[in-house]
Amino acid sequence: MAHPVPKSIDETQTLLAAGDYVADRSLATSLYLSLAMKRPLFLEGEAGVGKTEIAKVVAEALGRELIRLQCYEGLDIAQAAYEWNYPRQMIEIRMAEAEGAASREGLEQDIFSERFLIRRPLLRALQPLGAAPVLLIDELDRTDEPFEAYLLEVLSDWQITIPEIGTVRAEEPPVVVITSNRTREIHDAVKRRCFYHWVDYPDAKRELEILRRKAPRAQESLSREVVAFVQRLRKSDLFKQPGVAETIDWANCLVALDRVALDPETVNNTLGVLLKYRDDLEKVAGEEAARMVAEAKTAAAA
Amino acid sequence: MTEGRLAENVMHFARLLRAAGLRIGPDRVIDCVNALQIAGANNREDWYWTMSAVLLSKQEQRPIFDQAFRIFWRDPKLAEKMMQLMLPQAHGRAPKPEEQQSQRLTDALFAQKKQEQPSERIELEARLTFSSREVLQRMDFDTMSAAELAEAKKLIAEMRLPLPVVRTRRFRPHRAGRRIDLRRTLRESLREGGDIIPLVRAAPRELHPPLVVLCDISGSMNPYSRMFLHFLHAITNDRDRVSVFVFGTRLTNITRQLRHRDVDVAMAKVADAIKDWSGGTRIGGSLREFNWRWGRRVLGQNACVLLVSDGLDREAGEGLAEEMERLAKSCRYLVWLNPLLRYDKFEARPAGVRAMLPHVDLFLPVHNLKSLIDLARTLSGPMTRMNQENRAWR
Repeated sequence: MAHPVPKSIDETQTLLAAGDYVADRSLATSLYLSLAMKRPLFLEGEAGVGKTEIAKVVAEALGRELIRLQCYEGLDIAQAAYEWNYPRQMIEIRMAEAEGAASREGLEQDIFSERFLIRRPLLRALQPLGAAPVLLIDELDRTDEPFEAYLLEVLSDWQITIPEIGTVRAEEPPVVVITSNRTREIHDAVKRRCFYHWVDYPDAKRELEILRRKAPRAQESLSREVVAFVQRLRKSDLFKQPGVAETIDWANCLVALDRVALDPETVNNTLGVLLKYRDDLEKVAGEEAARMVAEAKTAAAA
Repeated sequence: MTEGRLAENVMHFARLLRAAGLRIGPDRVIDCVNALQIAGANNREDWYWTMSAVLLSKQEQRPIFDQAFRIFWRDPKLAEKMMQLMLPQAHGRAPKPEEQQSQRLTDALFAQKKQEQPSERIELEARLTFSSREVLQRMDFDTMSAAELAEAKKLIAEMRLPLPVVRTRRFRPHRAGRRIDLRRTLRESLREGGDIIPLVRAAPRELHPPLVVLCDISGSMNPYSRMFLHFLHAITNDRDRVSVFVFGTRLTNITRQLRHRDVDVAMAKVADAIKDWSGGTRIGGSLREFNWRWGRRVLGQNACVLLVSDGLDREAGEGLAEEMERLAKSCRYLVWLNPLLRYDKFEARPAGVRAMLPHVDLFLPVHNLKSLIDLARTLSGPMTRMNQENRAWR
């Protein structure tokens, strides 16, 4: 059952909160604009700050289908938009031959009809079964420029041209969320058609709120210490700072180990959940970690 | 604020941002006015976030946007006055901008005609003959006269860098391709009535990989780096996906400056951007900065890295090996161009050179036109041979 779209920025914020997504005002504004003006939302940010999650929550909260297109290098129309079902087409040709009836034009029209069309995410998003779905184009930076160029037609006119059939146009534009990890710059032509939002690491207050919702089994005092520790970690000079996803994983991991408070030894043993590069681990493990634990405890108690 | 005033103010604000270097077209101005009405933004915060969602397209633009927003919307009247100052007849009475204000924004607000600098003109009377070109090609940049340098620049401007192509995962029609293009096969076969099915084949498309250049501009590289910048200008404008960084004691991204088509304008912009011309060298520190801040953003899609440096490091190679290793591991191949390699007695003795050598895929001289031409030739050959040539140095 599709729910109506929110009518103000406040409503958008409530909607996200209902889906257990703790959003700040800036995200709610961008999302509201993209829903109200029917334009894609372009989310950029480091890995693990919850970009993909936004699309999931929106789909859930609006009661729409979520169609996900994961991008990769060499992604082409056959994988992203549509493809013909070749084996079935060939069988159809053989059958027509066996019957000995079909004229050439008739056969051509027949096998290039919608019956033989395999719908991939983009086409499905334009021709949904129910209400307009949420289309998540994930990690657009992984694909290459030719695909971006192809997306332009889809994102601005909400249509896909299939040479054999004609142009397929969406009756109602889907809600589009595009994410990028910034491993390369996305072309301005794409960004121009979107609302841009930079997803940053949350501040301590918001991160604590996220932990309350996403790691409910962790005790309040532990959550506070975890957040204080991670916030400190992000301030130090690391190759890859831990994202929100890592914070949640870590809190759950500490709960699984039956910890109710941080201690240097546990932190050292579980640091791999937060830091994924050897240099970062070597830098933090040991004394540095012990110092940060002490600081985090003081900060959490305050 | 009435609708008319709103649109007008947004337009002025967009003009201010545009002057500060953000690329904002009229379409976005219209979007912005619509968005502000739809969002019903009635407080400063919503106003800010609405405008940022429409007008920004990169996180890097935010500091400029922030400052412009603070100045402009604090008192639109004041901002209007400032915009007036941008008109040529009113300049000269501009108040002094706040200290911490970004230079780009200040320039945009208080744009004044830059003083026309008398450009040096080097008259080249005689057209150089073919044989003198030959001589020029072998002559070291170090020993060239001004006229010879000017001629060399001309030759360089025509140079291209044919990097080896890499195979992509995209396919194009090809008679002897390995893959069968089923879609086209079926369409072709229907043209024949469906009796015979001739196979249409496809082969992978080939493409130049992105190129990233890290160029040393410290004092010891002085005679070469200027010529090399000309070369970089030529290849930056020749194709897309080229990023250029220069470093001495710190790293500067000059890709945007080099994109200017006119070589002299581009060089002037580069000179403005670089704060550490001809100083000391911190190769390790600069590479670290590259690896941490830029590596993950420009080294995607199988990039190839050209490192131009003499390997003479002020910090005696401290921390250099680790950063070289990381750089080598995050790109497709790493080519080191060293002007000192022309000396027959060059030995890999300095600590910096020893730290860097084990990680490069190719080590080449670059000190005159001929070596630049050779570079193009070597790079367009197969990469496998390179490691063998390198072995002698290790």
